[in-house]
Amino acid sequence: MVEKKSNKTVGVLALQGDFDKHLSHLYSVGVNGKLVRNKSELSAVDGLIIPGGESTAMTKLIKAFSLEEPLAEFVKTKPVMGTCAGLILLSNQIDTDRVIGFGAINIELKRNGFGRQLDSFSADISLEFTNGNPFHALFIRAPRILKSGEDVISLATYEGETVMARNSNVLVTTFHPELTDSLAVHKYFINQLLLSKEKLN
Amino acid sequence: MKKGSFEVKVGLAEMLKGGVIMDVTNAEQAKIAEDAGAVAVMALERIPADIREDGGIARMSNPKMIKDIQKMVSIPVMAKCRIGHFAEAQILEALEVDFIDESEVLTPADEMNHIEKNKFNIPFVCGCRNLGEALRRIAEGAAMIRTKGEAGSGNIVEAVRHMRSVMGEIRALTVMSKDEIMAESKRLSAPYELVKQTAKLGKLPVPNFAAGGIATPADASLMMQLGAESLFVGSGIFKSEDPAARAKAVVEATTHWDNPKLLARVSEGLLEAMKGLDISEIPEGQLLQERGW
Repeated sequence: MVEKKSNKTVGVLALQGDFDKHLSHLYSVGVNGKLVRNKSELSAVDGLIIPGGESTAMTKLIKAFSLEEPLAEFVKTKPVMGTCAGLILLSNQIDTDRVIGFGAINIELKRNGFGRQLDSFSADISLEFTNGNPFHALFIRAPRILKSGEDVISLATYEGETVMARNSNVLVTTFHPELTDSLAVHKYFINQLLLSKEKLN
Repeated sequence: MKKGSFEVKVGLAEMLKGGVIMDVTNAEQAKIAEDAGAVAVMALERIPADIREDGGIARMSNPKMIKDIQKMVSIPVMAKCRIGHFAEAQILEALEVDFIDESEVLTPADEMNHIEKNKFNIPFVCGCRNLGEALRRIAEGAAMIRTKGEAGSGNIVEAVRHMRSVMGEIRALTVMSKDEIMAESKRLSAPYELVKQTAKLGKLPVPNFAAGGIATPADASLMMQLGAESLFVGSGIFKSEDPAARAKAVVEATTHWDNPKLLARVSEGLLEAMKGLDISEIPEGQLLQERGW
């Protein structure tokens, strides 16, 4: 469970993708979660998760429903987590013009970096913040992080490559913590990014 | 590191939720689909409405066409093989398609046996008309289930029948006592362990999508409200008068399926939908949904 009690609400961008999996992880962690599909729903949440899914489809839907500007504003300062497609949308530079990159975290990546679905895989990785406990990670047509800026801290690697990283307000993974049972990544997001500036009550 | 495991297969199905998978017959249509916001494309030589009209044997697509489409788009590319035709499936796996649809739209190759899908590293989707059929396919290794509906009809009535049947049977399972599950497994002709798991989850153990007859944004909303987690649209898009606009409207309707005002807005100004068929107009023995069991 979370270390501190909070009334904060985390939104999950629910345009497309496995947003329901993130929502149920938030419930399991013990924080309020809410699906976000428009501007007014976005303005009512304190943090946001951009889920896995297809980044091209999400890009079209973000544009169709005029969410580009409000999202760009939100991810600049507020606590945000992006998994897989979510990471792609939050990244700085992307390898194609099909997809929005909000530039909320200084990361350059390659979409579908391991190849097609045949190259999707699972692997046990260790997260910097869990004393080396193995975390079962699913990489589904995952992006690969090629480069990251000096303000970006690596939180987990797979075969030497960063697969989880953060800056002051943005946490990203190339894998899908929402698809496996462990709540470690979601707890880290809640405790270290969403609640870190709150005083203990 | 492990590739091709069941969780990795289901993982891709999870990524396609809340989206639309569109039938395309060439690279140009694939691009239209991707630009409209499709989450994946299904590469096939003829869309179901044309297969129905042309008659003859419908087979796996030509590898050249599949490759052209793979080059054109960055979203997942699916392709169909005939029911029971595991050699076609092996070829599609060699082509590295992202998902295989063992589909009743093509002419079945085996009237007794579906493909043993657990052997493959590529995920499969299969159609169903009821819960028993869904669970038999999952036991064989399907990582995603869709309703059969009646492909190429432009008529939603069969997809509704199949989704209501699956969801109704799941709801009934959730209120059964443990000692009734074995008898229900027997009635469904489905493996006991999967029936037990479905009763506990209150949903299918893999993502549950709708297909077969979706032609309008309202059809998309209807299927999502009945419990679909995503949609396949086949003939409905490229048999309409304005494929690009209709594709975009169906994508937007799938995201905002519970918002009638928005559905009204995205439906406004669309040209004619595909004409479609009343199911009673389809000659006996030509219903695609009766292929497979």
